Amino acid sequence: MRKIVKVILGFVAIAGIAGIAYVLLHNANMPVLNPQGEIADKQRQLIIFTVTLGMFVIIPVFVMLFTFAWKYREGNTKQKYTPNDGSNKLIEGLWWGIPILIIGVLSFVTWQSSHDLDPYKKLSSSVKPVKVQVVALQWRWLFIYPDEGIATINELRMPEKTPVNFELTADAPMNGFWIPSLGSQVYAMSGMTSQLSLMADSTGEYAGSSSNISGKGYAGMNFKAISMSSGDYNAWVKKTAETGKDLDWSKYSGEIAKPTENSPVSYYVVRDNDLFRKVIMKYMSEGESHTHEDMEDSAHSHSETEMH
Amino acid sequence: MFGKLGLDALPHDPITIGGVVGGTIALIGIAVAMTYFKKWKWLWQNWITSLDPKKIGIMYIIVAAVMLLRGLADAAMLRAQQAVFATGDGGPISPDLFQQVFSAHGTIMIFFVAMGVIFGLINLIVPLQIGSRDVAFPFLNSVSLWLFVAGMVLINVALGIGEFSAAGWLAYPPLSELQYSPGTGVDYWIWSLQIAGVGSLLSGVNFIATILKMRRKGMTLMKMPIFTWSVLCAMVLVVFAFPILTATLGMLSLDRTLGMHFFTSDMGGNPMMYINLIWAWGHPEVYILILPAFGIFSEIVPVFSRKRLFGYVSMVWALIAITVLSFTVWLHHFFTMGSGAKVNAFFGIMTMVIAIPTGVKVFNWIFTMFRGRVKFATPMLWFMGFVVTFTIGGLTGVLMAVPGIDFQVHNSLFLVAHFHNMIIGGVLFGVFAGFTYWFPKFTGFRLNERLGKYAFWLWLVGFLLAFMPLYALGFMGAVRRLDHYDPSMGWQGLFIVAGVGVLVILLGVGMQILQLIVSIVQRKKNMVTGDPWDGRTLEWSTPTPIPEYNYARLDTVTERDEFWEQKQAGTKDRRNVKYEDIDIPKNSGYGPFIAAAAFIVGFGVIWHIWWLALVGLVAVIVLIIMRTLKEDTETTLSAKTIASQEAKLWSKTI
Repeated sequence: MRKIVKVILGFVAIAGIAGIAYVLLHNANMPVLNPQGEIADKQRQLIIFTVTLGMFVIIPVFVMLFTFAWKYREGNTKQKYTPNDGSNKLIEGLWWGIPILIIGVLSFVTWQSSHDLDPYKKLSSSVKPVKVQVVALQWRWLFIYPDEGIATINELRMPEKTPVNFELTADAPMNGFWIPSLGSQVYAMSGMTSQLSLMADSTGEYAGSSSNISGKGYAGMNFKAISMSSGDYNAWVKKTAETGKDLDWSKYSGEIAKPTENSPVSYYVVRDNDLFRKVIMKYMSEGESHTHEDMEDSAHSHSETEMH
Repeated sequence: MFGKLGLDALPHDPITIGGVVGGTIALIGIAVAMTYFKKWKWLWQNWITSLDPKKIGIMYIIVAAVMLLRGLADAAMLRAQQAVFATGDGGPISPDLFQQVFSAHGTIMIFFVAMGVIFGLINLIVPLQIGSRDVAFPFLNSVSLWLFVAGMVLINVALGIGEFSAAGWLAYPPLSELQYSPGTGVDYWIWSLQIAGVGSLLSGVNFIATILKMRRKGMTLMKMPIFTWSVLCAMVLVVFAFPILTATLGMLSLDRTLGMHFFTSDMGGNPMMYINLIWAWGHPEVYILILPAFGIFSEIVPVFSRKRLFGYVSMVWALIAITVLSFTVWLHHFFTMGSGAKVNAFFGIMTMVIAIPTGVKVFNWIFTMFRGRVKFATPMLWFMGFVVTFTIGGLTGVLMAVPGIDFQVHNSLFLVAHFHNMIIGGVLFGVFAGFTYWFPKFTGFRLNERLGKYAFWLWLVGFLLAFMPLYALGFMGAVRRLDHYDPSMGWQGLFIVAGVGVLVILLGVGMQILQLIVSIVQRKKNMVTGDPWDGRTLEWSTPTPIPEYNYARLDTVTERDEFWEQKQAGTKDRRNVKYEDIDIPKNSGYGPFIAAAAFIVGFGVIWHIWWLALVGLVAVIVLIIMRTLKEDTETTLSAKTIASQEAKLWSKTI
């Protein structure tokens, strides 16, 4: 009788958990599994592929674990009992062989996808890409559009179906730059640049954040990534170029770079074309400052040689 | 005179004050009780100065258990804030305190809980399992323990005097540099790990020497019990990895105290170097914790299946493979730092390769049950729970080993869920299994089975509730370490489920405490002999209580499951055995004194009280020299004493 009660309780618990999971997840916005850009889409496919492959190990493990546990339980004395069986070359060969095979396949996919999804690889498109220089500050994001001569804080606007080539640095502790709907995060570090190329499939608003702790204002380092039609985007660029506040080096170092928490969105016209380079050079000592070219070189070769 | 130390170092916010006051009252209460019952001398003579690894092991476990409660309290605070208050502008825990709390949670759980219980079990089991009377360097062992305790005290002092690091459990620069963390928090972090880390390194040396040199005659390497094998592998990792930690922390400390520039982002420093170095230690560290847990399961499954371990040779080679490979994967902790595709792919593939020997181990454990007689005592339940959670964690680990996927889940709660899957489902479940399994060996009575099973179910359900939602939250874009978030993200529901999970885990811990109390109270009912589970390896062949010298006679070993085979061959006649004189180490107070002096060095440097640090350093050196010059460190038990003691012990047992 107690056994039946236990079984029923077990089923009720499982049903309850499934119910709660359904309520919590069926409307949930899961950008990683609901991608809005080319990179994130490939990454989702990669996740599905890897999980499926993993099932070839997981399912046998679970089935064997529970079958053996049940079948060879102490009370079931009818079953065969071979206390001195300690090895079987064939079966052990199978244990080594199957995982080697699976990992072999996965290694091949890993090699391919690591090259395909390398954040430094520029996305190809017939449309001219947009260039954005990203500066992680304490504790907000500065986006500089060098070709448009404008800049924004905590808001990233971009045209849809157009590659956006990011160059990232930090004037702060290390941060991670991440827009889950579009894919791939990379670190932003002071005194150097890292790169990332993303593209949005359609118009929309996506959440972006820092993924690496950078001090007390870290949790508020959020921004909106807004993908717009190219017409709307161009209109916005034009309007910002007319109405934005001036941003030059003294404004940057005197105000923008100062620690600020939960900063609102603001728009600027960039009056110093060298701003991004100057932010990087802040961390280069006198002796190194003439090596700008070297720095550019090392930034470019970064993807090959790693760790500059 | 007092460096940076002033009255403003006392805590300001109500939560910390509450913690400090509570802790202080508890300590005073214990001190009063000790004085009242006149137990100080007993404590000093029987425990603190003891060089007996059985006692040292128990002390490690007690310290780790207390620290588990501290770490859990930290975790509960974090999850409470995220579940209830974190939407909008933040809750009662300020961002700075929140960051201190999660930094302390990670540091304490890894260094002072996981490392503590693992070293505790190693001390208890390894000498017995290899049929030895002691470890290779008994005094060094005591130094290790007390350095561990000194580090633990230092990290807790940070609660009341000054502040703790708010830079995460691995304190990445430049955040952890003076520029961004000018307070004493990071220094507390550095010095508590530095002191405890030296202790770990000494233990590593000690146990490698013990396992290689002090095995019973006839116990070849391939006849060694798997737990001992797993410890040997883990200790090799300790010896190779911990010097990296010491050097890295040393350089960070030079940056912070002497204004050097190893890891600063300006003046030619390179923070990326720190991140490489800390993970060159940090990844092997994970295996230092999990390998002994593997070893524990390799002991438990055969005993409770009443069958030989399946694939012993495979198991050994799998351990060795994991040991070597664990040094080739550190970069997978920062695929997002901008390494090239080839570098990332290499480290990703190496990481996946580790899944092969690990998978082999899981299959071999499961196959040990095949055609066995499986008894589902509590240790076996922990094993079943371990396989379930560890396999899920293994899958998510392989996911993150693919750089292309890692770019989308790195530093999100998906990652947090993954490593808790490995450390709770792997290390902690293993330790709980081992604790239940070996407990009667050292106390003479079993833990209450029914309460143990309740505790297991609460832990398992609590664990699933607390961490499965984090995988989903990661996919929803939630990053780790958030003290607040925008309610429109839709994360709160899952954070509440995770918070409920933590409560269930707390109930599980409460059940374990209850289990311990009930078992002690009812110990007369659960009395057992030295071999309560029908064990297979040598440690079960001694009587309980285990004599200080472990084994009166060192008979040659001939089989892998030596004790099992002995039992199959029939009971030995104990009447006419010959005994010899045995040298055992005398107690020594130098270990605790050296550690106290090391604590003073750490405290002095943290607060820039240079004269104090110097006094501490001189004291450490003088104490070491004094101990080295001491000649009278052993005492001899005569064969006669041993004969009478053995007769008494065995008469009780039989």
